[in-house]
Amino acid sequence: MTPAYAQGQLVRVSLRNQAGHVRTPRYLRGRVGRVARICGAYPDPERLAQGELGIPYRMLYRVAFPQRELWPGYAGAAADDLVADLYEHWLEPKDGT
Amino acid sequence: MSSTHEHSTRDHPGHDHTGHSHSEPEAHEREPDPEIVLRERALRELLIEKGIFTADDIRRAMETMEARSPAMGARVVARAWTDPAFKTALLAHANSAVTQFGVNMGVAELTVVENTAELHNMIVCTLCSCYPRALLGIPPSWYKAKAYRSRAVRDPRGVLAEFGTVLPAEVAVRVHDSTADLRFMVLPRRPDGTEGWSAEALERLVTRDSLIGVTTARAVDGACD
Amino acid sequence: MAEDQPLHATAHHDYGGQPGEPVETCAHPATLWEQRVDAILELLGDPRRRLMRVDEFRWMNETMAPEDYERLSYYERWVHSIARLMVRKGVVTQAELDARIARLRAEGSDAP
Repeated sequence: MTPAYAQGQLVRVSLRNQAGHVRTPRYLRGRVGRVARICGAYPDPERLAQGELGIPYRMLYRVAFPQRELWPGYAGAAADDLVADLYEHWLEPKDGT
Repeated sequence: MSSTHEHSTRDHPGHDHTGHSHSEPEAHEREPDPEIVLRERALRELLIEKGIFTADDIRRAMETMEARSPAMGARVVARAWTDPAFKTALLAHANSAVTQFGVNMGVAELTVVENTAELHNMIVCTLCSCYPRALLGIPPSWYKAKAYRSRAVRDPRGVLAEFGTVLPAEVAVRVHDSTADLRFMVLPRRPDGTEGWSAEALERLVTRDSLIGVTTARAVDGACD
Repeated sequence: MAEDQPLHATAHHDYGGQPGEPVETCAHPATLWEQRVDAILELLGDPRRRLMRVDEFRWMNETMAPEDYERLSYYERWVHSIARLMVRKGVVTQAELDARIARLRAEGSDAP
C-alpha cells in the first residue's frame, strides 16, 4: 500500500459528516495540517466497529496543526501545535488537486 | 463498597496527607447506580456461565492491572535519563524497548515523546480515554472526564496552569490527541540538580502527571545533598 | 435508560474543543467495583477470545443516548455498553439478561 501523502506535505482534513464510528474529531475537520509522520497501514476502525474485518486497511498519518490556526483567539505561544493520528480517507491534498 | 487507595504523595507534590480524612467520598465518587450494579452482576454471571471467562480470570486480570502503574513508567524514564542508548531505543521503538522491564504492550503501539528545552508534550484522548494502560495502568479519573478532553486541545496552557504548570512562551506546547491505536507517554525533562543520582532516586521525581504531560517531573527541593 | 433504543449517531462523545469546566486535578482512584468492570472489558477484548474489538465497544459508548452519556459515570457507561454489545453480538440475549436482572433484584442481593 503506497501512502498518498508524504512527510512534510500539507493536507486538509475532509469536511464531512459521516455516520458510524469515526476517529476524526470534529474540531479538525476542514483544517490544514502538515504530515509529521507516515505511521503505516492499519485496519479501518470504522469497519471494525461494525464487527467487520477492517478491510481495506487505511494508511495512518501523524498530522500537526498550528494551534493558532485551529482556535480563534488562541492565547498560547505561536509555536504551540496539536498532533493527531488521522486515516488517509479523511485527508485531502491541501489545495484539493 | 470499599475503595482501594492508591493515592500517593508522588502525584501531588506538596500535598500532605496527614490529617486528611478519606471517610467522606467526594461527589464524583458516589456509589454506582444500583441498576447498573445489578446489570453488571447479571452480565458477569451469565458470561461466566457461558464459559467466556471465570471468576478467577477476573481476579487475575484485576491483579495484573493493579501491578501496572506509573511506577513502571517512572522506571522507564529514569533509565532513559541515565542511559543514552536506551533513550534512543525508547524514542525509536518504544514497544520493544520497554520489554526490558517485562512490559508487554500487546497490540497497543507505544510512542514516547520527549520534552526538551523548547518543547513540552501533553497527551489527551478527546474521543474516549486512550492511554498506555499496559505500561501505566488505569488512567486517572480527570483524564477520562469532559473537562480535560474538551479543553486540553483548545487551551492546553490553561489546563497546565490548573495543574500548577506554567511554561514560558519560548517553550512550545504540543498536544497529542490519541485518535488512533498509538498510545503516548511523555519523557519529561530531567530535573536540574540531579547529576549523579541513582535510578531509584530519579524514579521518585517522575509522577504520573508528568508522564501524561500535565506537569513536569518534580523539582529537586532546595535541601543539600 | 432503555436498552432497546435505536442507535444514536450524535457524536456526543466528540468533546475536543468544546467549552468545559476546570479540570478536577485530584484523581479519585478506581474503586474495586470499577476495577472489576475494567477487568471484564480487558478479558472480553483479549484477542484470544475472538469476541470483540475495542472499536465495537467504543461504538456502543458513542451510540448511547447523550443524556445517559452525561448522567452515567465512566465505568457505569462501560457496563451499559458492554451489555449492549454482548446482546448485539448474540453472546447473551436481551431476554436472558432481563431475566437475570429481575431474579437478582427479587433476591434483593447487591453483594458483589
